Amino acid sequence: MGVILARLGQSAVVLLVMSFVIYGLMGLMPGDPIDLMIAADPHLTAADAVRLKALYGLDRPWTERYLRWLAQIGRGELGYSRLFARPVLDILAPAVANTALLMVASLALALMVALPLGIWAASRPGGWIDRAANLLAFVSVSVPTFWLGLMLMVLFAVQLGWLPAGGMHSLDDGGGGLVDRLRHLVLPTLTLAIAGTGQYIRHMRAAMLEQAGLDYIRTAIAKGCGPTRVLLHHQLRNAAIPVTTIVALEVGGLFSGALITETVFAWPGMGRLIFEAVMGNDFNLALSGLLLATAMTLAGSILADLAYAWLDPRVRRR
Amino acid sequence: MSPAQRILARFLADRPALAALAVLVALTMAALGAPWLAQDPEALDLAAMLTAPSWDHPLGTDELGRDVLARLLHGGRVSLAVAGATAGLAALLGTLIGLLSGTLGGRVDAGLMRLTDGVMALPLLPLLIVLAAIDPAKLGLSAEALNSEGFAIGRIVVIVALVGWTQVARLVRAETLSVQARDHVRAARAIGAGPVRVMLRHILPDVASPVIVATTLSVGHVILIESALSFLGLGVRPPLASWGNMLTGAVGTVASAPTLALWPGLAILVTVLAVNRAGDGLQRALDQRSRD
Repeated sequence: MGVILARLGQSAVVLLVMSFVIYGLMGLMPGDPIDLMIAADPHLTAADAVRLKALYGLDRPWTERYLRWLAQIGRGELGYSRLFARPVLDILAPAVANTALLMVASLALALMVALPLGIWAASRPGGWIDRAANLLAFVSVSVPTFWLGLMLMVLFAVQLGWLPAGGMHSLDDGGGGLVDRLRHLVLPTLTLAIAGTGQYIRHMRAAMLEQAGLDYIRTAIAKGCGPTRVLLHHQLRNAAIPVTTIVALEVGGLFSGALITETVFAWPGMGRLIFEAVMGNDFNLALSGLLLATAMTLAGSILADLAYAWLDPRVRRR
Repeated sequence: MSPAQRILARFLADRPALAALAVLVALTMAALGAPWLAQDPEALDLAAMLTAPSWDHPLGTDELGRDVLARLLHGGRVSLAVAGATAGLAALLGTLIGLLSGTLGGRVDAGLMRLTDGVMALPLLPLLIVLAAIDPAKLGLSAEALNSEGFAIGRIVVIVALVGWTQVARLVRAETLSVQARDHVRAARAIGAGPVRVMLRHILPDVASPVIVATTLSVGHVILIESALSFLGLGVRPPLASWGNMLTGAVGTVASAPTLALWPGLAILVTVLAVNRAGDGLQRALDQRSRD
């Protein structure tokens, strides 16, 4: 328990430091909010610009502005998005949901392939299944995600015309139904799953092999346990511990790591939103989005620790 | 056989790794020889836009009539150079931090490892995008320095290295801690060698092999990151070709000329596959030294 509290405290510090860094970095973005306003409205005079600067507190020193912003975030005021002209929270919430949908679907698919394949490969190291799994893992970790997405799009959306090329649902009247939404989910999910499955195959295989030579496995075999039972009942239970930890770690990163896939398929999720906000000089949105992404990554690593403690009684007792 | 010979023999026995190395060498040669092998990658031929492969243009031309093969080779130069430089810089940073952390211990160690954990916990891609989008003029750099080709490339090298050193640092620290307890290091300390000398002469050689492996494997990762950033328009910028930004151009014509998007991606895939497999072979070759 104390360990978890310490980790939470440490994460809070990282988050705080990160908020400072992000705030500083955003200040170095090209363009200036007031200049953008002047560009948008030619009637503004130099005097107006000065007044606007004072109104938004941009004439204050940098550190003061940061502290004020931090206090606002603390009160839950995320501000307005310049790009979408709506409160930041109204834009973030659906994006989080969309990313979560994509994340769950792709993670499920990736694990459905990786776990059995990893276990199977480890059951006969050096066999043809092992070699095929190894090749798949290599291709999976080496393929550029955006290109994979593009190729899938060319094949299934452009050439064959089976699936839509992007977006979450069709814009015409018939669109928006469940089937339509599922069809839009297929390609981005497939892209993320293919690119993600390789590392899970490797981890699953390695974890299984690590257990293979241990005494308790020998004991199980010696007392007459069948090979399948040894594999799935004894070996897998211990091999699942590191794999679960790695999956938990990945979840946090996937939250914003789907940025490229989301951009390629115009999927309105967190990654794409952050990218658009940074590119479009949308201060409030970018800051909140980045902070949220950091928080999710940190949450993933805490989740990994919790999973470890939950699954491994040796860790729990410490 | 000496240990080095044994490692070499093991690597040579690993056929796929050897093949991967051969592919890498061939790719590097092609990239280095690009100015002599291919046409001008930035020459526009508006009369021949999006043409099919022909004798003049073996892989056809792109949306501005530029020779695709030439851009592929020149793009490879940029992508490989960036990847090599970045992986090297990250390894340098990581080794330095890992060595300091491992040898100095105490507060320095705790602080540096906190920093490493912190950087590791960051959302990599969004952070890289922010770093890449920064307006360097606001950092007080001169305009002419900013517009040079070298700056554009140096910038992405520094950015990716800044977030990419953590794994090497952890590896080196762990290795340093174990090496430090060995007799030859203790003997060196006992005869009065200074901390810097111990660090560089007695510990560094022993931690070199994990660093080499980690660096090799990170090259593939860096190529993927660079190409993704360039694809998003934040890395290597046109007209300078890189595999990533060639794909950006190909997106617009993907319906009419899908092969334009095929080549750069295939080049990335093959390169990264080769780097990863060669690195894997290297790791296995070096790893068994501890076992026998």
